Amino acid sequence: MNTQDIIAAVEAVQAAILANEQQIESLDRAIGDGDHFINVRRGCEAIAALKPELIPLPPAQAFNRIGLKLLSTIGGASGPLIASFFISMGRELEGISEPDARLFAQALAAGVEAIKSRGKADLGEKTMLDVLIPASRLLVRLTEEGSDRATLCAKLKEEAEFNMLATRDMIATKGRAHFLGERALGHIDPGAKTSQVAVFAVCDMLTGKRAAPVLSPVTP
Amino acid sequence: MKKFVNDVELLLQESLQGLAAAHSDLVELHLDPTFVTRKTPAKNKVALISGGGSGHEPLHCGFIGQGMLDAACPGQVFTSPTPDQMLAAAAAADHGKGVLFIVKNYAGDVMNFQMAAEMMMQPCATVLVNDDVAVERSTHGTGRRGVAGTLIVEKIVGAAAEAGASLDQCKVLGDRVNSRTASMGVAFTSCTVPAAGRATFDIADNEMEFGVGIHGEPGRRRGPVRPAQELVDELMAAILGDLKPAAGSQVLLHVNGFGGTPLIELYLLYQCARQLLEEKGIKVARSLVGNYTTALEMAGASLTVTMMDEEMNSLWDAPVHTAALRW
Repeated sequence: MNTQDIIAAVEAVQAAILANEQQIESLDRAIGDGDHFINVRRGCEAIAALKPELIPLPPAQAFNRIGLKLLSTIGGASGPLIASFFISMGRELEGISEPDARLFAQALAAGVEAIKSRGKADLGEKTMLDVLIPASRLLVRLTEEGSDRATLCAKLKEEAEFNMLATRDMIATKGRAHFLGERALGHIDPGAKTSQVAVFAVCDMLTGKRAAPVLSPVTP
Repeated sequence: MKKFVNDVELLLQESLQGLAAAHSDLVELHLDPTFVTRKTPAKNKVALISGGGSGHEPLHCGFIGQGMLDAACPGQVFTSPTPDQMLAAAAAADHGKGVLFIVKNYAGDVMNFQMAAEMMMQPCATVLVNDDVAVERSTHGTGRRGVAGTLIVEKIVGAAAEAGASLDQCKVLGDRVNSRTASMGVAFTSCTVPAAGRATFDIADNEMEFGVGIHGEPGRRRGPVRPAQELVDELMAAILGDLKPAAGSQVLLHVNGFGGTPLIELYLLYQCARQLLEEKGIKVARSLVGNYTTALEMAGASLTVTMMDEEMNSLWDAPVHTAALRW
């Protein structure tokens, strides 16, 4: 995986999120405060504008640069959370110019861990972590097992979809939705939805036509 | 949606430019990153900096000036500002006595101010305001929200800072004011985030949201609209249940409009609330009525009660000269 792959992945996520605007926005209006999509879109636009600056950077620095840019662009709760994710990934990949799938999976796990500690949240609280934690664990396991890309992506998508839908039956204990108590039951968490859309976008990019090799084969 | 807008992306900046021009004797706008400071920086005092999502005007930029804030960081509408804004505001406002951040208790504001504090070199402390009793205290959730009581913290700590209180003293005082302040509100209509273009929540003509937040977040429940006195009774029951003031105590009573309710109704609410307090033998020592912590154009209002003492009374009375509050 190199910086070009990272950029391609970010672009795929951006396109997918824009394509899902209506659904994400209506979920946030139901149990959030209606600004989730606006913030995510602002972040995507800032990263798109950053592209020329990112290209010459090694992955660690590219992730760090993306994180700092998002930190100063998004605001709200998602800003520090998503920024912490990228900054931690960058820290994890420090000094590695072409991380293999396993290293990338570990970096991603560190990023998800950073969201957990910054947001003081964990599984089952009706947040993006309900999609990200299991997806990251599965990615670590599958890359360690040396799973091929098509299987890996199919399983990741399945896991993300299942866990996104599962937030429907949760009472939120973190995020804006927690003010709603039981009234949030029956509504999918918008952060979980955005995360599922992101997982799908990267997987589709990896297995589809535009497949820039984000995950290179596992090297022993 | 009908709003005064040229380009929705520029709304915040154009509004801040207007604020800075209208009050050019008081404040100065800085862009990239966005923050507002006093026109003439105060030296030899702790720098008081607040900030939060926009849409609650005049909070916080309207409270910059002598006796209150030194700087404020406005975020996008209902979205926390970012650490780079806070760092730049701190660099501009701090003259060696340290920085006190006054932060409303929302996950986004807390995290962004936290990251700024982690990156700062100079001494700083944070007062978290969480006066909204609509949302119960919880060990799992984010906890109570910061609403109209923020102004009271900013005014009282502002006066103390102006009089030379140290960073530690300001922090202790801010926490103390917050712990003695409780608020709760009710909304009749939703508000519309300009960039979203449609109402944040749907509510029927005959319904109200009891315990609403200042971003249109849900409160305790939805129900039919009732007479003002009944609403005040119920809001006050929650507020006084939290503060538990003894008979004979003195309080500050603040009636805050959310932006879409006329003053005639706010004063009516004040009258209902004041009578109720007096019947309980609680003395209303200080009062404030008006639209200070708004939720865009939402119709509705909140009541805030702060348990006062002589020190707090005199800090409340101390001169203040800002765009939205001055005496």
